[in-house]
Amino acid sequence: MTIATKEQEKQKSDVILKYLRPRKGMPTVWCAGCGNGIVMSAIIRAVDKLGLSKDEVVMASGIGCSSRMPIYLDFSALHTTHGRALAFATGVKFARPDLKVIVITGDGDALAIGGNHFIHACRRNIDITAILINNSIYGMTGGQGSPTTPSRAFSTTTPYGNAEKHFDPCTLAQAAGASFVGRGTVYHTPQLENLLSQAIQHRGFSMIEVVSNCHTYYGRLNKQGDAVTMLNDYKDRAVPVARAQKMSPEDLKGKFVIGLLHKSGKSEFCDVYEDVISQVKGGR
Amino acid sequence: MAQKERVLVLGNQACVQGAIYAGMRFYAGYPITPSTEVAEGCARELPKIGGRFIQMEDEIGSIAAVVGASVAGLKAMTATSGPGYSLMVENIGYAYMTETPLVVINVQRGGPSTGLPTKVSQSDTMQAQWGPHGDYTAIAVAPSTIHETFTEVVRAFNLSERFRTPVTVLLDEVLGHSRQVITLPEPGELELVNRVRPTVPPEEFEAFAMTENLVSPMPAYGEGYRYVCTGLTHDTRGFTTNRPDEIAPKLYKLRHKVIDYKDEIVSLREQHMDDAEIAFVSYGSVARAALQATDIARKAGFKIGAVQLFTIWPFPDDEIAELCRKCRKVIVGELNMGQVINEVRRVLPPDIEVHGLQRYDGEILTPMQLIEKLEEVI
Repeated sequence: MTIATKEQEKQKSDVILKYLRPRKGMPTVWCAGCGNGIVMSAIIRAVDKLGLSKDEVVMASGIGCSSRMPIYLDFSALHTTHGRALAFATGVKFARPDLKVIVITGDGDALAIGGNHFIHACRRNIDITAILINNSIYGMTGGQGSPTTPSRAFSTTTPYGNAEKHFDPCTLAQAAGASFVGRGTVYHTPQLENLLSQAIQHRGFSMIEVVSNCHTYYGRLNKQGDAVTMLNDYKDRAVPVARAQKMSPEDLKGKFVIGLLHKSGKSEFCDVYEDVISQVKGGR
Repeated sequence: MAQKERVLVLGNQACVQGAIYAGMRFYAGYPITPSTEVAEGCARELPKIGGRFIQMEDEIGSIAAVVGASVAGLKAMTATSGPGYSLMVENIGYAYMTETPLVVINVQRGGPSTGLPTKVSQSDTMQAQWGPHGDYTAIAVAPSTIHETFTEVVRAFNLSERFRTPVTVLLDEVLGHSRQVITLPEPGELELVNRVRPTVPPEEFEAFAMTENLVSPMPAYGEGYRYVCTGLTHDTRGFTTNRPDEIAPKLYKLRHKVIDYKDEIVSLREQHMDDAEIAFVSYGSVARAALQATDIARKAGFKIGAVQLFTIWPFPDDEIAELCRKCRKVIVGELNMGQVINEVRRVLPPDIEVHGLQRYDGEILTPMQLIEKLEEVI
């Protein structure tokens, strides 16, 4: 492992600063050590690498800690109501197919209150990239159970252990029709950046689940330690797709798979509608 | 001069034609009786002119997509009925807060809840003002004929663009499902209003700037003006705020950009009001019956007049008070248990008696029922 020079470090932080919204004072609403900041910097590097102009990116979000992200980034921001970001984003993308639309959402936002919009955005295969930051808990309201809180895990609304089962966002997205599905973590940042840039480039609905830490609530209530301890846990439990394929279900117990999980080349919604317009206009 | 085009249309189809005339190029909606023909018409007509139609997964998603399209630069609309409007209320509130122009057609049916899908009602009149939580001033208009449906939908778009705010068009099942021959206005015949665009350089741009008339210029996405559009209370730049000196001005703006320019919004029709001793006050499909009842009563020698409200919200306080000032009595006819009557009572001096004729059994009010009420109170 090589240590980055001071010059390299400066270049890295210059890229980040280039995409932070001017005239907006920091700090963010996020706790020190929150995974949201790591995801934000991975998105910045992915967008920068792709050479997208700030004006062609629209970032939409719903409600929750992660959904505050568009406010801090220098793109057009649509910070909407709880669970509805994908429906708003559908309106933006369909009205202006030339724009790149990225949705930031959390596990509660996307899978509980926004579950219906989530599956239908997948089904339409509209060209939107949804980045679902999954910390398995409602952070902003103070640590309540979410649709990805594991069975028997603790939260303020599951004080005796969660009696419910949890969703796997990736399986759900693929089953609902998303044409690009992947998972990353806030520990594996180079891989995450790479996955995000592929997802943004993909024409169709892409969904990236990012396993992230809420040490403030989830970590504390489930005795998982501080931010660093939780990140180390992701390091230990995450298995890249290629390696997972060679492992038995027994070996994969307690682990989770990261990387590109599904990709298909099905037609994209706005493209098909453009065809409809030319068909109708051409009197065919 | 060429003969103008005369067409036989359904009220709901007139909505579609009026909206397209006004420049609507985006529709998102969800099927619901008795408004579905609006969606069907948009699905058929919009691709022909390069516009876009999408059937969303529910009404919550429909209004969300409409907001998204409007912020992205298109004139956008949805149509629904009571149960769907109730679902849309969340993001209509978002549109008030983010000052997003859009039009919502509510083809009213009986309620509460799923109520009477195929029966007429005017029981969402108060909801059109007070649907979403919080403080804001709504704009709602109500036509009474198929021709007026066309023109009021055009006016609704103009008002939404002029004031950067959602506008509700209150139709009802009878209007939505009646057919009438109407004369279509020529292109250019009706004035069309478009939102004011920013002219300052992007670095000086404030998305919710306090302008002289309190309406801020609005860019489309992708034009270089990158700003924050949020439902959280925000400052003039769009940034979320908890500061009292920024919260109050924002709410002041939402109310006063509309209420201070009420003259541009209020629209009424009066008939025989010069010497009327008793007046019918009504709106929507009831207004047609009231105008007819007025004619019948006049022929019989009674000094009767009628006031029809095209603008329901903001309520035409001064105009109604002025028109009815010489009346002894006023009769408010409505297809609900009494909604606008309370507003009329509020704006008239106590010496004018206000009587209500309310029907809430899913049927229309006929001219003869209004005449009977007149005989009762005269």
